[in-house]
Amino acid sequence: MTWLKLVWDELLGMFVDDGALALQAAVLIAIVAVCVKGLGLNPLLGGIVLLLGCVVVLGLSLGRKTRKG
Amino acid sequence: MTWTALLPTITAAFLASLVEVVEAFTIVLAVGVTRGWRPALTGSGIALALLVLIVLSFGPLLALIPIRALQFVVGTLLILFGLRWLRKAILRSAGWIALHDEAAEFAKETNALKAQAAERRADFLAGTAAFKAVLLEGVEVVFIVIAVGTAHGQTFWAGMGALAAVLLVLLVGIAVHKPLVQVPENTLKFVVGLMLSSFGVFWTGEGLGAEWPGADLALIWIFALFAMFSLGAARYFAKPQMGVAR
Repeated sequence: MTWLKLVWDELLGMFVDDGALALQAAVLIAIVAVCVKGLGLNPLLGGIVLLLGCVVVLGLSLGRKTRKG
Repeated sequence: MTWTALLPTITAAFLASLVEVVEAFTIVLAVGVTRGWRPALTGSGIALALLVLIVLSFGPLLALIPIRALQFVVGTLLILFGLRWLRKAILRSAGWIALHDEAAEFAKETNALKAQAAERRADFLAGTAAFKAVLLEGVEVVFIVIAVGTAHGQTFWAGMGALAAVLLVLLVGIAVHKPLVQVPENTLKFVVGLMLSSFGVFWTGEGLGAEWPGADLALIWIFALFAMFSLGAARYFAKPQMGVAR
């Protein structure tokens, strides 16, 4: 079971380093998905919003890290 | 299937796997040099067998998922994975995180193994170190191959990219018999972070029904946008040097 936990921890660590970055990216994806599938937003526009949103959340994460030092 | 579709998949799988395999190779080499090749190869072999088992167990399940849903899920995971990788690469480039150093990793692992040399279970512990390194890096390689390959039915070609990376590292590693410090790992990680993030946005968009202008070629401008931002961010967030005004 120790190895299973090790693999699980590694799997989680693959996606989550800065927890806020992972959370913001997940929320961004969810909002875009809801807008496209539920509110009829043009899918291509949704994709572009997703792209720009990823850049923004990445920038915010970098800002947090460099402010904290 | 055209080369414009295959090339990004094969390149991403190759480069990402290259980084992971180099890291695993360093540990296996440290075990082999310090404790002998029996524990190194036994640990690595068991880990590889377990990885094959994981792929054979979960791989066929992916075929049951509708393509749009698969693209969305894989794209989402790739965005999380790619942004994490890219963030680290930018912070390394900006001087906030130490650059990855295979020679230092090799020395650290070798010292740890030497410290355990007097123990009765020394060979077992050494084999475990090799097992752990191959399994953990291997899990990432498996994910990368599935993630960049599955959404367009290119898993075989992504697997070939990864296999090429494994063979290259083994061939060069066996030839030089030293940690592969010449591999520009930090630059590779930067490029891989850009590629994985780009794939993530591309697949997620397709999963939502977006028809990207230029189809697969859209990956290029998505990559270019991430690259422009990341290079600018590495410069903007550069850690000030002591005594140098920013």
